[in-house]
Amino acid sequence: MSSAKRFEILRTVFAVVVALAISFVIIFLVSEQPLEAIKQLLTGPLTSKRNFGNVLESMIPLIFTGTGVCIMFSANQINLASEGAFHIGGLIATCVAINMTARFVSPVTAMICAGLAGALFTAIPAIMKITTSAPELVSSLMINYIALYFGNYMLNNVIGDPRASAASYVLSDASKLPVWLSRTRVHVGFFIAIGVAVLGYIFLYRTKMGYELRLTGENGEFAKYSGINIIKVIMVSQLLGGFVAGLGGGVEMLSPIYQRFTWTALLGYGWDAIVICTLAKKNPLYTPFAALFLAYLRTGASIMSRRTDVTLEIVQITQGIIIMLVVAEQFLSKYKHKMIAKEAKAALKEEEVA
Amino acid sequence: MDNQIVLQMNHIMKIYGNGVVANEDVSLELRKGEIHALLGENGAGKSTLMKVLFGIEAPDQGEILLNGQQTTIRSPQDAISKGIGMVHQHFMLVPSLTVAENIILGVAPKKGPFIDMDKAVEAASNIAREYNFDIDVRQKVEEIPVGIKQKVEILKALYRGAEILILDEPTAVLTPQETEELFVQLMKLREKGHTIIFISHKLDEIKQICNRATIMRNGKSMGTYEVADISTQEMSRLMVGREVSLKFDKKEQHLTDNVFLKVRNLTVHNSQGVLKVDDLSFDLKGGEILGIAGVEGNGQTELVDTLTGLNKRYKGTIQLKGTDIAAASIQAIRDMKLANIPEDRMTSGCAGTLSIQENLFSNQYRSEKYSGRFFMKKKAIESRSDELIKEYLIKCKSRKQNVGMLSGGNIQKVIVAREFSTGPDIIIANQPTRGIDVGAAAFIRKRLLEFRDAGCAILLISADLTEIFSLSDRLAVMYKGKFAGFFTDVEHVTEDELGQHMLGIKHDDVLEGVMYE
Repeated sequence: MSSAKRFEILRTVFAVVVALAISFVIIFLVSEQPLEAIKQLLTGPLTSKRNFGNVLESMIPLIFTGTGVCIMFSANQINLASEGAFHIGGLIATCVAINMTARFVSPVTAMICAGLAGALFTAIPAIMKITTSAPELVSSLMINYIALYFGNYMLNNVIGDPRASAASYVLSDASKLPVWLSRTRVHVGFFIAIGVAVLGYIFLYRTKMGYELRLTGENGEFAKYSGINIIKVIMVSQLLGGFVAGLGGGVEMLSPIYQRFTWTALLGYGWDAIVICTLAKKNPLYTPFAALFLAYLRTGASIMSRRTDVTLEIVQITQGIIIMLVVAEQFLSKYKHKMIAKEAKAALKEEEVA
Repeated sequence: MDNQIVLQMNHIMKIYGNGVVANEDVSLELRKGEIHALLGENGAGKSTLMKVLFGIEAPDQGEILLNGQQTTIRSPQDAISKGIGMVHQHFMLVPSLTVAENIILGVAPKKGPFIDMDKAVEAASNIAREYNFDIDVRQKVEEIPVGIKQKVEILKALYRGAEILILDEPTAVLTPQETEELFVQLMKLREKGHTIIFISHKLDEIKQICNRATIMRNGKSMGTYEVADISTQEMSRLMVGREVSLKFDKKEQHLTDNVFLKVRNLTVHNSQGVLKVDDLSFDLKGGEILGIAGVEGNGQTELVDTLTGLNKRYKGTIQLKGTDIAAASIQAIRDMKLANIPEDRMTSGCAGTLSIQENLFSNQYRSEKYSGRFFMKKKAIESRSDELIKEYLIKCKSRKQNVGMLSGGNIQKVIVAREFSTGPDIIIANQPTRGIDVGAAAFIRKRLLEFRDAGCAILLISADLTEIFSLSDRLAVMYKGKFAGFFTDVEHVTEDELGQHMLGIKHDDVLEGVMYE
């Protein structure tokens, strides 16, 4: 492994450690029972099957949106519409699932439609970029609200159950994804998520198109000079990224967690995806691990908040610090420079000998 | 002039974040009131040394002594407060502000919380008068010519109390008249006791105004010399590290009848609408190297961008192997076996954050050899990468190492390996050996000659006259978008003659029959 890669891994681990340490300090400052709180945070998820089930269950949407964002960010398309794509995915899956009752066909159709809807949704900023050079960062950020309010409109006027408040009709039993871990809510969507992460990796690192995407992402000028069709890269990366995020929304909606569509606010999985993508270094293969970490931390925090006097929001702080430290180029840069300088000097000596 | 030493930089070593050793062991000593030349080729480490002195980069080893006192320079502000000023090659001025505002920026006279504009104008004109700079300080910077902008930069440094003034290639952007004027000013500054570091690779300028010269090559200092005691030949030998006339055993030319590239009446405007290529026509046949010499910025970049398909907005016709490329994509042009060594290797020649392997196939991953319908053929790519690394003597740890971690010469070899490994019929090489070490440059030049002998058509654009002379079969000089001179008998052209064409003093008009039939 090259020293640069080793350093990146080291830095990520160090960022996590520093962030946890700061969180512990805060817990000590605000809590009457700090040791108990920390214990619950760190070991809570392992205390019962149900708790660990919570970890696995909350990994699922994170893997989907994380992979979607990895694909878009690898092509240097900073599209933040995965949040909206996830929302729309859930909405469209609902529309299918309340109307179809055929076994197997219903969930599969719902998931495919969710993915397609997500793809079309994230493609909007892409098309705007190609045709009008509107920066996708801004347009994709704002378009999420359109997804939210479109969902609210549908809920109020089309799929809303008049007998329930702010909820759609019940999703058909046939369309629900089965649980595979008894006495938890961990459903087969977990395997779909892992599969998507692996496929995402294969796409980015093994296929021609993935190579074009990454080349464009690392240096667009170079890609253009090499003869790569940049427009195609912009479109494909965002269509695929949106598909995966939308699929994630669909899978989440069909999970045992929900009976009806009740999303009247954005769930934030699109934002979490940026955390996942950052931790996974844009490689979809690492998203399950990043998702496991985040899900574990959140489940732990939730247990902690139920059993002690520390609130759930403490993980937001931890999460924020991790991101800042991982993306901060200068963090540990002195150490990195020393490492590189040492190698360079050694190389100089070798040359002299030779 | 007394010989008081104002500054010493001893055994400076600077390693950049990508592992490139820019300064290996450099020492520099300045006497009060001298103009000291810092001389070296592109990539020799001159700018790095000055960045260290100006506090932009921290050295990895070595010490700096200011007036005999050891010191650390942490930032440009720190350097300024210690009496060091720098005029960058690219000016650091705010175009929408006036000259006076630019001069006092950051150290403005205040009236309460506000800037005292009257005092600012007065202070700025005072300093301009004190140094005999004839400038209207009320003018906006965007409205003044380059030569004056440079004066503003110098005044800015002087206003901040600079005793030592660093000028990074100050004449690169100036006309000959402006250069003369600058020299007069610099000599006046010297009389007032300022010490000036003059970065350049133009030997005649150094002869003209410098007292001493420190010569750098490959990140090391080759010694400091009294300019009066050293000949220009000796200086250039120390700078380049070889005798200037570099001879290759160039074989006799076998010109083929294949007109691979046929350009007629090519006219290109840049994105600002400035005419850059002006009605250019030429043929390029298999088995020849057509050299294009000229001062940079005379349309070479635009010509290359248009020939390779990067720029589609042009008038005239370009035929590649008989096919008009007006509607052809870059991919289609590359598929016609055109290789392109780009001018700026980091901007368009590679992706520094990707591995050597990933950089070696950007132009040929579509070929059946390296990919199927959807997937890349990993094994074929890996073994071919290793072959190319060996064949092109790319110094690296493995094919997985990031290109950005290599030295300039090795990055260039990666690019050349990629471009040459497709078996091209036409090679467009724009500054193929700029800023790289002598060994790598010789290697690339030898390869170019091998391709010529194999019947390849080569267009060589270079600012390096030695390179142009030693490789070209025909030679054209580009000046303001036109061919201002052309030579078929390259061996008998003198540098002086070429120079006159490059500066637009001499101009040949009849191109027909020479550049095309």
